[in-house]
This record gives sequence, structure tokens and C-alpha cells, in this order.
Amino acid sequence: MTTVMPEVPIPKPQVPSATPGPVAGPALLETKDLSLFYGTNRALRNISVQLGQKLVTAFIGPSGCGKSTFLRCFNRMNDLIDNVRTEGSVRIGGQDIYAPEVDVIELRKRVGMVFQKSNPFPKSIYENVAYGLRLQGMRGGSELDARVEASLRQAALWEEVKERLQTSGLGLSGGQQQRLCIARAIAIRPEIILMDEPASALDPIATAKIEDLILELKKDYTIIIVTHNMQQAARISDFTAFFYLGELIEFGPTSRIFTSPTKKQTEDYVTGRFG
Amino acid sequence: MSALAGPSELHRQERPGRAGGPFKEGGSRQFRTGQFDWVSFLGTGATGLATLLILAILAVILGNVLIHGLPYVSWRFISTGTAGDMFDVNKAGILPMIVGTSSRVILMTIFVLPVGVLTAIYLTEYARTTSPLTRVIRGAINNLAGVPSIVFGLFGAGFFVRFIGRELDGAFYRSAATVWGQPALLWASATLAVMTLPVVIVATEESLRAIPQGLREASLALGASKLETILKIVLPQAVPGIMTGAILAISRAAGEVAPILFTGAAYYMADLPRSLHDQFMDLGYHVFILSTQSPNVDKTRPILYATVLVLLLLTFALNIVAIVVRARVRKRMRMLQ
Amino acid sequence: MGLRRGHRAKPLEWMAEKFIFLVSLSAILMIFLIFIFIGREALPVVFGKMNTALLQKVIPVSQMDKMTELQLCDYLGLTTEQFKSMDHETLKMLMELKVETTKTSSENKDASINTAQWRYLLGPYQWSGYSRPEYIWQPVSEVPKYNIVPLIVGSLKITLVALLFSVPMALGAAIYVSQLARPRVREIGKPLIELLAGIPSVVLGFFALIVMASALQSIFGSQSRLNALCAGLALGFSVIPVVFSIAEDALTSVPRSYVQAALALGASQWKAAWQVVLPAALPGVFAAVALGFGRAIGETMIVLMASGNASLLSWSMFDSTRTITATIAAELGEVVFGSAHYRILFLIGVLVFLVTFLTNLAADLVMHRLKGSIEGKK
Repeated sequence: MTTVMPEVPIPKPQVPSATPGPVAGPALLETKDLSLFYGTNRALRNISVQLGQKLVTAFIGPSGCGKSTFLRCFNRMNDLIDNVRTEGSVRIGGQDIYAPEVDVIELRKRVGMVFQKSNPFPKSIYENVAYGLRLQGMRGGSELDARVEASLRQAALWEEVKERLQTSGLGLSGGQQQRLCIARAIAIRPEIILMDEPASALDPIATAKIEDLILELKKDYTIIIVTHNMQQAARISDFTAFFYLGELIEFGPTSRIFTSPTKKQTEDYVTGRFG
Repeated sequence: MSALAGPSELHRQERPGRAGGPFKEGGSRQFRTGQFDWVSFLGTGATGLATLLILAILAVILGNVLIHGLPYVSWRFISTGTAGDMFDVNKAGILPMIVGTSSRVILMTIFVLPVGVLTAIYLTEYARTTSPLTRVIRGAINNLAGVPSIVFGLFGAGFFVRFIGRELDGAFYRSAATVWGQPALLWASATLAVMTLPVVIVATEESLRAIPQGLREASLALGASKLETILKIVLPQAVPGIMTGAILAISRAAGEVAPILFTGAAYYMADLPRSLHDQFMDLGYHVFILSTQSPNVDKTRPILYATVLVLLLLTFALNIVAIVVRARVRKRMRMLQ
Repeated sequence: MGLRRGHRAKPLEWMAEKFIFLVSLSAILMIFLIFIFIGREALPVVFGKMNTALLQKVIPVSQMDKMTELQLCDYLGLTTEQFKSMDHETLKMLMELKVETTKTSSENKDASINTAQWRYLLGPYQWSGYSRPEYIWQPVSEVPKYNIVPLIVGSLKITLVALLFSVPMALGAAIYVSQLARPRVREIGKPLIELLAGIPSVVLGFFALIVMASALQSIFGSQSRLNALCAGLALGFSVIPVVFSIAEDALTSVPRSYVQAALALGASQWKAAWQVVLPAALPGVFAAVALGFGRAIGETMIVLMASGNASLLSWSMFDSTRTITATIAAELGEVVFGSAHYRILFLIGVLVFLVTFLTNLAADLVMHRLKGSIEGKK
């Protein structure tokens, strides 16, 4: 069932934790020959990559190259679509997350997601952040309050909303809403956060705030971010993966990808010749 | 214009870039059509006329009822029953009819809401759109919406009264008593619930679909199960839309007479219905009786008009409330986008 | 649902989801039940098992023991439950009663005819007292006559009047409101017209009976005050909003780009609507008319109150008419449960149900094809 890698203690995804706490141990993401099909249409081709923990990894590439689809493989959000089929393996912490005994709900508690279009619930700011915690059985009280405050602080939103936690989350500006969604995601202390173009709908100032936030979050979480903004990738990521037409073209440290890429396609993309 | 001006001159004027500009000289006359467009005029006129006619019909009907009925709708009329001669304008009261109509629609709502909402939830959240079963369910719903009301009356009589009622009587009452096996408030309400099921399903589905998918995704990504997502995020958002459906169903059912002819409506009951197996009086049925069976039409006219007015006010008020709620919901949904 | 779920659902959750699924089948269940329960009351007539002849073959009491249970039930008109609850003495008494009460001779020439047979339900017959073969529906009479043709003709006649009146108006208004009117007019006009749908049919019947009938009589001078024209017009009022709503939706769903392309080429609003939008929306318009037809043929209260209810076979608009639906509504309250009359009323109920069912199915298929082709184009 679980492959044990000797130097890394592996958390088993299907054991539900009653009181979610910070998970000791690293999370290592790995895919091997991953292909994904929408019906007969092949969206991802034999992607093999290893992503490190407590780092920011950026997925870049032109529109439609499959980077978002690939991102969604890690928390199995692609399962929601009809007619989707995957081949190959995706491992987190050595465990194949597509194995039949894996509980996808538990998986999603450990792999969080922030979406391109911010989607706060039509509830109060407090309740938005508390949602995931309540799902796991945490009742209202001082512990919940403390966790909500901690998450909002970590998302750099606390100062702006501490006076109005009971007001609706929809009343915030676009950038604030996205930070609220980040606070909501980190409240349940996932090990990995997947971000699908989180700042693409925001103005430059809000974008800068999100980028600073990501650099801070890197200390505690492993972050994978999909972005079509190359400067953003260069600014905040440690590693970068370049995708094109469903294939992983090149992967490596960000500085190398942008200054001396080994593949011509990569070079063409980062220098702006296409995409 | 020189004497030489002719088609060629005009032609040159239309070319852009000419001194003075092609659009300046000659003004709007250049783009006037040569002939009057009769076809479009008549077409637009005829269809506009059709629209006006329909609105006129509406106005005539409503106006007629209002004029002849309003003088006779008094508080006493609405709040008392009829002691004595039902056809006497001074003594008639329609409280029992109002109670009867209200009881049956409230009971109907209790039956139809759970079934309708759950069906809509299945169709929007769980069913795969391509599956043949889904198509059959939708087909059945569409068909149910088109079944004639008298057929519902037959069904209510044949299934609820005769079959289920009989079985209940057999199970609960030893002696061959007919308690449930006859027209009753319960059966009329059940029949109406079947009739208005499509209304509730469609309204609920509409409100569920209006909820942006992003909310569901956010919830699932936080580790909620599908059911939890539905219960905690989707349904609360859908409540106003569900209410709209309920109100529409009520408004529709309040005016229907054919389904209750054989399932519970009575011409005259001495008391208000006291239990679910009693028969009841009804506004619409009363209109029917007064219209077709009154001994003296002129004498009954005022009561008849007043009853119709009350019935219309009831159904319209419900309709308008439903429309307003629906508009508000749509506005709120757009805010979420 | 299970395999793709990806997690072992808590049993409560699994049960809840199964429950939701079962409830969603309710619509299908209802249609089935309607078919079954109305059909089963009508079945004996369909299979020719009902015998309404005045003169029946009388079986002498001595033959009683030679008869099977089924034969006895049929002969005595008992259900199996009733039969089982009776003892031999009671049965014998019933047999004797039957001998006494059954007529064996009658002056009426038609007395030996089983009028519940299909031949009499559908075909004309020259009954005694009539000079030629007629289609007659006259259940309350010494020899009950159950010919359903006058009823079918009545329903069709009134539906035709209603459709001829309402469809052009409703379609015209739909075109105007959807394509030609200013948006402000559309905003007010559309809900107002749909308000017409909120008028209960009993109110329309009342209006026809009390107001329209006299008015029409003074205009046309028809012999019957309540006739097919009066009911047909009122029926039209209730059909208008149905046809209007669906047609207007269909017209509005035609992509604006078609209209703009036509306008850019110099077409007037009307021409764009008539030549581009209407043909594109034709399937939806067809469905609207089909559903209007279904609504008209199934309507009960209006025709019950305003059509006169004389079950004569006639194609004239000015004659008092009886429809299938009005017949059921008027007569079901007074029939004996289980009698031929009762069963034939259910039979015509099945008929009207089948007609609306098939009409709805056709409209449904057309709309589905319409949605498919629009989505395909996208």
C-alpha cells in the first residue's frame, strides 16, 4: 500500500486527523508518465517531474498548454469532469494519490487550492475562513477564533478586516477577496498549496501583495503556482516548469530557465517570441 | 447643382474624401429609401396590434371583474361563512372557501417541496447530462407539466381515493368504514402536489444552476464531500429560488378546479374542514357552482363577481410576489459572478 | 456514482445520496401511475368485457354450481373480493334476484344491444326512433349510447377555434415583443402578457359564460347562447400566454449576431425578424404551438362552463358543443363505480391523456433537437 522512502517519514493520506495540526515531515510531489485524456482527446502527455518541498514551483506556458490541468491533478479536481481518464502515476509523499483506496476528501485537506477567480462563500469573513475547520469538526470557540486570526494574519489580511469579521466576504475588494481565499485555504494547514493564476484578475498593487504573500508562505508550505506572467514566475518561484501542448518541455531552477534554457522552445517562450 | 447634375454627379458626391465630404452635401436625403417600406410597416403594425389586443383582453377581463366585484367585497364577506342562503348577497360569506383553498395549497406545498427540491438537486448536482436515465426523468417532468387537469382529477380519484384510501381503510378500520376511501382534503392536496411537481422542480433547478460553479469547487477543494457542499453552500443560496417555485406552485394550484372536483371539493359543508379526511369548500369551485347552478343569475351576480375578484387577487398577489422574489434572486446571483 | 467518487462515503451520506436518487425518479413514477390507474379502470371496456345490454342472458339458478368463480363474478357483476366475502346462500339469493330483475323482453328494439362495444363507441348506428345512422352520446337513457365521436369532434372543434384565434395573436405578439419593440416595452409587456397565464381557467369560464356569451349572441345572433365559438375564444385566452412564452423565448434565444448581420446589410427590423429570426426559431415556435394545442385540448373548466354541453355531432361554431374533458367533469360525479359509463369516462380520459402525452413528446423531441443544433453550431 504505502511505499516507504527511508529518509522521509510519510503521512498516510487516508487517516483522518481529528484535530488538524501542522504536519511534521516534508511532502514530495512526483509524477511519472502522467497522461490525461478528455474522452479521446489527450490533454497531458507523459509528464514526469519531481517537485520539492517548501519551495515555490511555477508552471508556465502559453494558453491551453495544460498547466492548469496538470495542477489540478494534484488534488484530483479533474475528477469532477466527466469523461476524464488518467494514466501514469502521481505521488505525494510516495503515495499514489490515484490508488483506489485513497480518500480524495482527505487528499484535498492536505493539498489546498486557490483559484483564478476568487470565490469566497457568500458568508461572513470569519465563516469563510472557518469553513474548512468546521468541516473537520471544530466547534466555535476560542480555538476556532485563534485559528481564524492566525490564518488571516498569515494571509496579510488581518489588519484590514479585524474590525469587520462578521461582514460578508463579498464586500471586499478583488485583491482582498483573493487573500481571503488564501486564508481560507491555509486555515486547515495543508502541506501543499496549488495556485491557479491567483493574481491574473487583479491590479498591479494587489498582485504585488499576493506575490509578497507567497514568498512569506513559502516558509511553511510547498507552493505550486500556475502563471502566464513570466515576470511573476521569475520574481517569486524557485523552480520553473515550462509546458507546451500538454508536454513538459523543461524543468529546472528558475534562474537557469530564464537565463540559459536548454530547449529552444523554452528560450522562444521566455524571450517572448510566442505565447 | 449645375444643370448637368445627374446620376453621375450624385455618384461622385458619394465617394469619400471629396471636398465638402460625401455625407455633408445632400444631407440625409442621400440615404432615404425611394419607396415606403410597406411590408415592414404592416408587419410591425400587425404584430404591435396583436400585442395591444392581448393586453386589451387582459384589461377588459380584469376591469370587468374589478368593476362588478369590488363593491361587494367587504370584510364581512371575507371573514364569515354563509348562514343560510348561499345565493343571497347580503348573507353570503366566503370564509369557508378561503379556508378550504388555503388548507389544500398549504398541505400540497408540504408534499411537493421535498420531492421537487430533491429531484432538482439530483438533476443538477448528481446526474450526468448525457445519461439516458436523465433524459427520461426530464421527459417525464415535461410530460407531467402537460397533463390535462381533468386527467389529474381522474388520477386522484382512481389512485388516491379509490386505491390508497381503500387500502388505508382496510388497514385501520375493521368494519367496512369509508373514512379515507372517499374525497378528502388529503387526497386533493396530494393530487395537486403531483400536478405542481414540475413547477417546483424547474424553479429549483433554475436557482441551483444560477449558483456559480466556483463556489462548489472552492468547497470541494477544502475537503468537503459533495453532499456537504450541497447542504452547506449550495442549498442555502438556492432558498429564495425554491421559495419562488413554491409560490408559483401555490398560485397555480389555488385556481385549479378540475383536479379537486372528485377528490375533495364540496358544494356545501356545514363546518370548516376539521381533519384531513374531511371535504372542503373552495373558491374556484364556488365560482363554478355559482356560475352554473344558481337559481337566479341576476341575484347571484354580485356574489359571483366578488368571489372571482377575491380569487384573482389571491392568485395575482402570489404571482407578483414570486416574480419579485425571482428578480431579487437574479440580481443577487449576478453580484456573485 | 460510486467508483468515480474516490472515497468511501460515510454510510449516512451514501444513504442520503441514494435517497435523493430514488426521490428523483418520482416524476417517472407518477407518469407510470397515471397511466396504470386510469388505464386499469378503462381496460374492461377496451377488451369488450362490459355488457350494457338491457336484455341479458339469464342463467337459471340451477346452473349456478356448474359455473366457475370467474363466470359467476362476471355474471353477477362482483369483484373477486366481494365474491370471496359471500357465502353460498347469499350467492344463490343474488342469482335469484338476477332472474327476477333481468328483463327478458322489451319494447325497445335496441334492448339487446351491448352498447359498450367498440363498434358502437366509434361507429354510427341507426337507433330506434332515428331516421338514419347517427353518432350519439347519451349515457342517461333507457338504452345508454356511448358513441364518443361527438365528443372527439367537439374537442377538436373548440380547440381549432381556440388555436385559430390565439396562435396568430400570440406569435405576432411574440415577434413584436422579442424583436421589434423597444427594450422598455419588452420589460413591461412580457410580464403583463404572462400575467394572463395567472388567470385561473374557472375565471375565464366564468367570464365567457357571464359576459362573452351574451355579447357574442347579440353580435352573431346564434341560436345557442353557449356554443363552440364562445368557449373557443375563452379557451384561446388561456392558450395565448402558453404559446407566447415559449415562442418569445425561442425567438429571443436566436443569437443577436444573426439579427445584427441582417441589419448591417440594410434590412429593417421587421425584415430581419421575419426573414432571419423566425426561420431560425422555427422549431421553438412549432413546440410552442404544439404545447398550445395540448393545453387547449386538455382544458376542462372553460369548456364545461361555456360550450353549452350538448353532445351533438356538428362542425358548426354556433352550436352547443360537448368536449371530452367537459364530459368527464360533468358526468363522473354521478356514475356508479364500476359501471360501463364509469369505465367509458375513464377510457376517454385515457384518450385525452394519450393525445397530450404524444403532443408533449413531440414538442420535447423538437426542443431537444433545437438545443442540440444551437449548441452544435457554437
